[in-house]
Amino acid sequence: MTVTTETSIIVEGLTKAFYEPRTDSETIALKNLSFSVRKGEFVCLVGPSGCGKTTALRVIADLEQPLSGAVQVVGGGRPAVVFQEQSVFPWMSVQDNIAFPLRVRGMWRKERLERTRHLIDLVGLNRFEKSLPHQLSGGMKQRVSVARALAEDADVLLMDEPFGALDEQTRLELQQELLRIWDASGKTVLFITHSVDEALTLADRVLVMSHRPGRILADLQVGFSRPRDVVELRRDERFWDLTYEVWSLLKGSAVGEGEA
Amino acid sequence: MSATNTNTDHMRPAENAVTAELSTQEQARLRAPFHRERVFRNFSYFSPLVILLLWEISAQLGAIDRRFFPPPSAIAETFLSMIVSLELFRHIGATLQRVAVGFLMGAIPGLFMGIFLGLFLRPRQIVGPILAALYPVPKIAILPLILLVFGTGDMSKYVIIAIGVFFLMYYNTFGGVRQVPQIYLDVAQSTGANRYQVFTQIALPSALPQIFTGLKLSAGTSFIIIAAAEFLGARSGVGFFIWSSWQTFSVTRMFVGIVTISMLGYLTLTLIDLIERRVVPWARN
Ligand SMILES: Nc1ncnc2c1ncn2[C@@H]1O[C@H](COP(=O)(O)OP(=O)(O)OP(=O)(O)O)[C@@H](O)[C@H]1O
Ligand SMILES: [Mg+2]
Repeated sequence: MTVTTETSIIVEGLTKAFYEPRTDSETIALKNLSFSVRKGEFVCLVGPSGCGKTTALRVIADLEQPLSGAVQVVGGGRPAVVFQEQSVFPWMSVQDNIAFPLRVRGMWRKERLERTRHLIDLVGLNRFEKSLPHQLSGGMKQRVSVARALAEDADVLLMDEPFGALDEQTRLELQQELLRIWDASGKTVLFITHSVDEALTLADRVLVMSHRPGRILADLQVGFSRPRDVVELRRDERFWDLTYEVWSLLKGSAVGEGEA
Repeated sequence: MSATNTNTDHMRPAENAVTAELSTQEQARLRAPFHRERVFRNFSYFSPLVILLLWEISAQLGAIDRRFFPPPSAIAETFLSMIVSLELFRHIGATLQRVAVGFLMGAIPGLFMGIFLGLFLRPRQIVGPILAALYPVPKIAILPLILLVFGTGDMSKYVIIAIGVFFLMYYNTFGGVRQVPQIYLDVAQSTGANRYQVFTQIALPSALPQIFTGLKLSAGTSFIIIAAAEFLGARSGVGFFIWSSWQTFSVTRMFVGIVTISMLGYLTLTLIDLIERRVVPWARN
């Protein structure tokens, strides 16, 4: 395993709010959020809907500015992002979508298609590389955006519920693939998910967030050995113990939401 | 018969799923709507002829005054004789050339201005209101001024068309760019795309459907403007032809001119439609 002591992502006292001029009201999405991710680590962020997970990720990706606090991605290079929403370009074929990051770098079409061919295989879209997105299913489009982020070959990968729209089986397959890629590449991954199950399957550490404004409720080590088999893992009793622990944390936070 | 089919499908879903091949019937059913669609589309190109048909019938029946509305058959006769004498081609050539040059002179700057102001806030705040104030100036009303400045040659025609086209292209492109979903801009930014790349890779393709609307409006408007411009200051062109026919009270010749210009416009729009279907395949089925 390639987790080191070096830090890769630092989030320090991050506060982010949105202002709505029409109603002169503000929404505090994140209040004083702090956590860090080590280089090569796989961290999952779970928490209830609307608690600020996407917001945190967008700040880390430099798509949004913090109101206060600081965010740092150590060691240069911008992170690759898989967005939660449908984000593939409708005017580009599957292969051109996936190769887009290389196009931005000014690589010739022939070369960038060459270099991304294995990613098309990886996400199982071989027959569809020339299709336009409107000819694909929702899950297939999601796979295109995962492949597009991988094409960037960035050190840090930020993924916002990338497997949300997938069926259970495809999801397991892609989880396994992601773990394989991660293992082989030593990338740092910050992975947002609704699914406790998914978080425990993938992560070295699971950060559990409270309701909005999101704070870190718990920082749980997931000590299963690597490489993991996403199916076999479910025979491990500790898997279910941890599942129970996360669920009770989330449940507790739901009850105490009025405290802020 | 289809009821029985559906029934068996429901009873044996597994078997149905295993067979990856389509039966010949299914293949035919799959393609039928597209064949039908193509037939309809090819027919639809000729639907303007219906107007001519109604016109012909009304004129023959005496329902409309033949002195002012000669029947299409009479117009077609004159039309043919003029084609044979090559007289009409000189005018068509002159008009088409003016429209083409003026169109490009207006459409290209309009397109870039639309993308530019659509993407960047400061230029939008400064230049936007200026364009909004200039847009309502009636193009025909400033024609005398343009004739004065650019002379009665072709340059004045290019300019008057370019002005009209510019605004249509600008507003349509601008609207298209303003509607680019934020997520596409986010994707580009997260991959580190520079401004030029955002311009060409995201803003332009995303705005293409509206850009084509702009092109079609512009093409139609170009022909309206050129006809009027050729009335006033020209020695050639279909507009000039209509005007001079009118002055000699040759109503049939005048209609030949009107039909000619409407046909030119129609063909141009059809051409743009065809290009749009090629270039913007994701916009509609
Ligand atoms: N652009 C915005 N303008 C106003 N409010 C916003 C904006 N983006 C997010 N918010 C608010 O911030 C809060 C957190 O949103 P965020 O998208 O980060 O949630 P999330 O944890 O990703 O939820 P989910 O799991 O449902 O995706 C929400 O209350 C949301 O309404
Ligand atoms: Mg979210």
